[in-house]
Amino acid sequence: MKDSKEGVQTHTVRLELVDEPGELLRALKPIADNGGNLLSVFHERGNVTPRGYIPIEVDIEATPERFEAIIDSLHDADINIVQAGAERYSKNLTVILSGHLIDTNLSDTINRIQTETNATVTDLTLSAPEGTGDISSARLQLAIAAGQKDAAMESIRSIASDKDLRIFEPLTMEGEP
Amino acid sequence: MRLAVFGMGAVGRSVVELAGERGHTITAVADSTSAAIDPDGIDTKAVLDKKESEGSVGTANPDDALTASYDVLIEATPTTLGDAEPGFTHTRTALERGRHVVLANKGPVAERYGDLRALERESTGNVLFEATVGGAIPVLSTINNLGPENINAVQGVLNGTTNFILSRMAAEGLGYEHVLAEAQDLGVAKADPTFEVSGNDTALKLVIIANVLAQGERQFSRNDVEVEGIEDIPSSVLGLAREDGNTVRLIGEFTGDSIRIGPRLVPESSALAVPGTRNIVQLETEHAGSLNISGRGTGGSETATAIFTDINRLD
Repeated sequence: MKDSKEGVQTHTVRLELVDEPGELLRALKPIADNGGNLLSVFHERGNVTPRGYIPIEVDIEATPERFEAIIDSLHDADINIVQAGAERYSKNLTVILSGHLIDTNLSDTINRIQTETNATVTDLTLSAPEGTGDISSARLQLAIAAGQKDAAMESIRSIASDKDLRIFEPLTMEGEP
Repeated sequence: MRLAVFGMGAVGRSVVELAGERGHTITAVADSTSAAIDPDGIDTKAVLDKKESEGSVGTANPDDALTASYDVLIEATPTTLGDAEPGFTHTRTALERGRHVVLANKGPVAERYGDLRALERESTGNVLFEATVGGAIPVLSTINNLGPENINAVQGVLNGTTNFILSRMAAEGLGYEHVLAEAQDLGVAKADPTFEVSGNDTALKLVIIANVLAQGERQFSRNDVEVEGIEDIPSSVLGLAREDGNTVRLIGEFTGDSIRIGPRLVPESSALAVPGTRNIVQLETEHAGSLNISGRGTGGSETATAIFTDINRLD
């Protein structure tokens, strides 16, 4: 018994669930099936994300091996993991758009980014030194689910091109150690 | 080696000037309208002075320089798109005569890579083109030394003019037109900087890298590249980038199947955020992580240095 208790840690996992009946149960089942001890579930029913997901936060007690198995089976069940322990499963990305941002309806641009891609705009800074009728620039901070970056950037590029906006993307290759 | 130099811009003039101390003899020199030919070696100082004072290099016909006596033809005429002429004809004539060709002209390598390699196969001469990418930085020889099959992707800053403009704008908060005019005064940017600021110069260099990496399995040309330049980039973009610890650089990237050129957000602390006119190339290797090589990417003597490296490999 000593061995099995060794290395048990508490992990906080943030998930995003589709707003459908049975989804919460579906998300908790892999935790129980893999021997995780569920300490608490915080179901943020009223706090829907811009994409219509419901965030939940669960605290789990498990050994590192079991925790890994839990994460794997959550992935297998297609449950959207935002953060698991120290590891974040969404990526923050910055892009800068430049052009007639106001005349081309900035809020519609943001809206399209949120509905047409799997990215969430988490922060926006506008710089319009010549006034809003002229060329202005906006820095957008995006949260993108892991592995979805290329698809999201592709859609954002096409939204920018529809509106004749220039886009300044981050590097594609990581490159740096 | 006995060299025939075609093109009397900054690169061609540097080759003529430095050839003697590198142990080579110049037997022919040609610009677009004139030529100087002497099988025993031309008086390089006299030719350079004549070019400087009269704008021509001699009284001979440039076509005769093509058929003169030489071991290596140095093709340093201006880069042209499409059929890459007259550089391509110069190259073909030399190869058909069994001579080597060292190119600084990007046109034939970027636009007619397949044709160029086919001519080389038929010839006893070789074609080398280190000088077409990254000036003095040994980009292509590094790729060849590592083995193209061991490199998965490449990205980098390959144009000094645009890098100068972007780093100046970021450092001083100045506008695009102002910095461009300054770059022209300093001779960093040409009177017509379109080829550089539109991203086309970077595009051709990436096409050449991609052709070398593809090893003949696929041929790339300018039409395969998605290009965006830095023209009229607003300084508000650089300001917003800086608030986040980023800067903007014109980055060319080849990821194995596609080539894209465009202004990108680069962390100020990144190796890619080189200052001034410097260039950098980052090779993503299969087994050894990423490898950075940087240095002076433009300039007559820098590019001539790459040409002499190629000539040495022909010995």
